Amino acid sequence: MKTLEQLIAEQPLFADLGPDFQRLLAGCARNVRFSAGSYLFREGDPADSLYLLREGRVALEAAAPGRGALDFLSVGPGEIVGVSWLVPPYRWAWDARATTDTRGISFDATCVRAKCEADPALGYALMKRFLPVLLERLHAVRWQVLDVYGSAPES
Amino acid sequence: MAAGGAQRPDPLVPIPVTVRRRRRESPDTWSLQLECAGPWPPSLPGQFNMLYAPGVGEAAISISGEPGRNGLLMHTIRSVGAVSRALGDLRPGQQLGLRGPFGVGWPVGEEAEGRDVLLVAGGLGLAPLRPALRALLDRRRSLGALALVYGTRGPPDLLFRGELARWRRDRRLQCHVTVDQAGPEWQGEIGVVTRLLPRLVFRPGNALALLCGPEIMMRRTAAALRDQGVPESAIFLSMERNMKCALGQCGRCQFGPSLICRDGPVLRYDQVRPLLVVREI
Ligand SMILES: Cc1cc2nc3c(=O)[nH]c(=O)nc-3n(C[C@H](O)[C@H](O)[C@H](O)COP(=O)(O)OP(=O)(O)OC[C@H]3O[C@@H](n4cnc5c(N)ncnc54)[C@H](O)[C@@H]3O)c2cc1C
Ligand code: FES
Repeated sequence: MKTLEQLIAEQPLFADLGPDFQRLLAGCARNVRFSAGSYLFREGDPADSLYLLREGRVALEAAAPGRGALDFLSVGPGEIVGVSWLVPPYRWAWDARATTDTRGISFDATCVRAKCEADPALGYALMKRFLPVLLERLHAVRWQVLDVYGSAPES
Repeated sequence: MAAGGAQRPDPLVPIPVTVRRRRRESPDTWSLQLECAGPWPPSLPGQFNMLYAPGVGEAAISISGEPGRNGLLMHTIRSVGAVSRALGDLRPGQQLGLRGPFGVGWPVGEEAEGRDVLLVAGGLGLAPLRPALRALLDRRRSLGALALVYGTRGPPDLLFRGELARWRRDRRLQCHVTVDQAGPEWQGEIGVVTRLLPRLVFRPGNALALLCGPEIMMRRTAAALRDQGVPESAIFLSMERNMKCALGQCGRCQFGPSLICRDGPVLRYDQVRPLLVVREI
């Protein structure tokens, strides 16, 4: 069976982080499983974990009054679920539901944040990995908000 | 009824064709299968016809299915305005006018030989790519990788569902479908098409990419493919501009130095990239 450190080193997001930082992260990590339909977290809950998926799929979901739940992003293997653990007040902005049986690594966010404070080089290395994810999701959300498939072409 | 298109005297005069089948693809989109009295003029994947809704007007509509054994030609129409609504409302047995085919199609002939071919469709953009994919599947052995990435607004908007399900099962094709938003019953991908591109297994330097969809979607997809190493000259986009003559005469469909009806609708990304960000054209 692989150690958490090995599993972390295999993830593209952390592959080039170097063994020292990978070890530091492994100290905050544990393996997690979610069965299809179960929730990783709910809107308003404290964002105390960072989830990196290894298998399966998770949908980010918003409860829309009168419309039920609306899923707006799915996250798959190699990707992180949510980033609210990164920024105060550390509360989840959305629900996250496993759409299939899912496995991943969960990192204690307080532990990761403390290690980043103690070693800014780790903090910077992680920021360089999370910022592109945030930016990519921001661009994607803009594209979705424009509702390009529903509106008129730009002719 | 006039004889079939092969001997059509005047490309400005529509020939009468008859709706034989009508299928609802999504809440606002219909596929019509059309019959022509004579043989259909030969067409290429990516070309379009001008369809005339009697008494209402004419619109450019891509060929979404070339005539098969049943001899029926397919068009898929989204009802958004007067002409498209009148076309989408036509019932089996009713007639409409047709001129065409027009334009330059997808490079899916010899140009595709040995290449890793990626099709990226957004919304109704799957309609003009459908004949291209069918042609490519027919000669699958002569290609490298073959992939379809299809994104649309939500699960109710997915086109060609029966075929899509078959494509998803087809091991010769990497088929990924994503929607912008969905209810909890949807178990597939949610998000924009570019998120799925890194999952495709292909050789960027050997790729041929065919994109069709709203311009924002094509622009971002082309840029993402370029960033993955696909040469700009290997990326093709199908451009939409309103048309009138479809013969390169009236200038209505001008796009920079190109007339979309004559030089397009399929154009190379390296040729159109500077124009894609100019708002006035
Ligand atoms: C090469 C080419 C291929 C095309 N292929 C197809 C095809 O396969 N199927 C198809 O349905 N259409 C296709 N079109 C678009 C089609 O030619 C018409 O522009 C469209 O049907 C609208 O025409 P209309 O007269 O019904 O609406 P209009 O009166 O022109 O428009 C009515 C309203 O709808 C909006 N609108 C126009 N087009 C769209 C659209 N595509 N999506 C959302 N809103 C829109 C307009 O901005 C306006 O607000 C193609 C166009 C080109 C140039
Ligand atoms: S539609 Fe007349 S020139 Fe293209």
